[in-house]
Amino acid sequence: MKAFTGTSQYVASSELMTAVNIAVTLQKPLLIKGEPGTGKTMLAQAVSDALGKQLIIWNVKSTTKAQDGLYVYDVVQRLYDSQFGNEGVDNIAKYIKLGKLGEAFRSEEQVVLLIDEIDKADLEFPNDLLWELDQMEFYIPETRETVRAKQRPIVIITSNAEKELPDAFLRRCVFHYIEFPNQEQMEQIVRVHFGELDKKLVQQALTAFYWVRELRGLEKKPSTSELVDWLRALVAGGVDPDCIKRDIPFAGVLLKKDKDLRTLAQNKR
Amino acid sequence: MFASFFYLLRSRGMDVSLNEWMTLMEAMEKGLHHSTLTGFYHLCRAIVVKNETEFDRFDQVFLEFFRDVPYQGELPEELLEWLNHPSEDLARTIEELRAQGFPEESLDELLRLLEERLKEQTEEHNGGNYWVGTQGRSPWGNSGWHPNGIRIGGESRHRTAMMVAGERKYRDFRKDNRLDTRQFQMAFRMLRQMSIQNDSNVQELDVDNTIRDTCDNAGTLQVRYRNPRKNAVKVLLLMDSGGSMSYYSGLCSMLFQAATKSNHFKELHTYYFHNCIHDNLYETPSLRYTEKVSTEWVLRQYDSSYKVIIVGDAAMNPYELKDKYYNWESGTYTRSGLDWFEIFRKQYPYLIWLNPEPMPTVENYWTQTHWQLGHMFKMYDLSAEGLAQGMKRLMAKR
Repeated sequence: MKAFTGTSQYVASSELMTAVNIAVTLQKPLLIKGEPGTGKTMLAQAVSDALGKQLIIWNVKSTTKAQDGLYVYDVVQRLYDSQFGNEGVDNIAKYIKLGKLGEAFRSEEQVVLLIDEIDKADLEFPNDLLWELDQMEFYIPETRETVRAKQRPIVIITSNAEKELPDAFLRRCVFHYIEFPNQEQMEQIVRVHFGELDKKLVQQALTAFYWVRELRGLEKKPSTSELVDWLRALVAGGVDPDCIKRDIPFAGVLLKKDKDLRTLAQNKR
Repeated sequence: MFASFFYLLRSRGMDVSLNEWMTLMEAMEKGLHHSTLTGFYHLCRAIVVKNETEFDRFDQVFLEFFRDVPYQGELPEELLEWLNHPSEDLARTIEELRAQGFPEESLDELLRLLEERLKEQTEEHNGGNYWVGTQGRSPWGNSGWHPNGIRIGGESRHRTAMMVAGERKYRDFRKDNRLDTRQFQMAFRMLRQMSIQNDSNVQELDVDNTIRDTCDNAGTLQVRYRNPRKNAVKVLLLMDSGGSMSYYSGLCSMLFQAATKSNHFKELHTYYFHNCIHDNLYETPSLRYTEKVSTEWVLRQYDSSYKVIIVGDAAMNPYELKDKYYNWESGTYTRSGLDWFEIFRKQYPYLIWLNPEPMPTVENYWTQTHWQLGHMFKMYDLSAEGLAQGMKRLMAKR
């Protein structure tokens, strides 16, 4: 079994790598939580790249039901077809469409399945998937067929903690919380995004960035993606590295709320 | 072999199931802990802990268990091997320490310092708000299981297995901190009982059954309706206002906002009282005379299907609770506060009390009313965790 060690595009902490490898070896879903912008969703892409496996993404929305991930029986289409006497109407299997989970089970090769933002869905959603994720199989009563995983997929689940997940579901997962990267890790991440930048600029910008993050009373702390945008703005604007820390130019890129910008202005003096 | 660790985790309030423990054992059989305690820490945490709010608690229990593992002759060799095998050389650890701000001390002093800190920690952590962390980050990430921790491995006499200085960096995530309305709201959302509203006039189109029946009917349209499913939970909120509760007014208003924002309740009614429930309740927290309603009326109006949440610190002068109440209007003595509370307790099988003050550990003059009411009602802390526990309680009949 190949071990996950991050990729050239994705900087993973050793703890995260451990967690991924535990989940892969134990064949259990890996539940990832963390602040926005810490690369939860990117992780699945990185794992699939590193292990050379196909990635299947199931984006969960507030209206998503567990059934959608398994299969959908398109009754309406069948009814429609029957009125025009199309061929194959009596073949129910033709109207069974597999969802993302079904797709992952059907795949000949092992795949990486990302269930993104599971907490968006209804409270019962995770519970409805318990058996399917445990046994990696489900039954389609319409065709009397059982879809069973040929290769147990590597399941990665992300959550923004908008809803508590049920205990029974949690018990079946391996859990990891991605912490906000510290300054050294952040330098690495910046290098991945930009290649070689002026060292001084990066240093100054990062120091300023972490100072801003630590400000009291901030409603929304800037995250990695905002930092990347900000650096891009700084480079494009040709800002003198020496005045970054003092002036915090283009602060609107880092902070998105009026109140936060005011907080910053008060603290700058 | 770690059964005692399992039970320690459980006794410290971590909800670890046997299944998870078996998973952990399986993982260790597969060598996922890489035969190091650091590896074991990460493995154990990934499998056992399912929420970042529990990390801090886990760290503490881990520290408690592994900090001072006594040699009892029954520890498996494997474990001893980990414990006594210094996974990083001491010299480098000292180098790290030096780099992080102890430039002058000798090794002995460093160890003594650490030990002192550890002692302080056990004492302080009972009190609960201060934990000496070790300074700075270790850039290598593998020295100690916290990247930010200092660890000194390997001791003689098989006695002190490990010394760990944890930073408790997950402390801010703890659930028993008092947090924002959102968390209260999340707790209120647990209070749901979906049921088909048979008494409702509004019906909605049942698409699935319409299609199914139309198909069964060979394509002739058969429209089906059904009653919508809605939350059937009705809530009666009684809040203590004024006096000693002023300290908690911010917290109470957060709770109130969360309750009113949780618009999934079928009904929510709020009344206020001062210190203790007597003949009258009030409609606003300012307790104006003109906005009073009689407690009897409230009891008649809201039957036992309501879920009642009383919020208050249960701190009052004992006579307010025990003495008969003199009603100025009628000029007679009526029920005491205790009588009223007893009536509420009898009428409402679903009733909890949320208290911003923790339950006193001893009964004395100052805490007697809190003590008494705490034993009479199910009392929970007014924190996100306490509220969640309370909601669970409200969902099930006693």
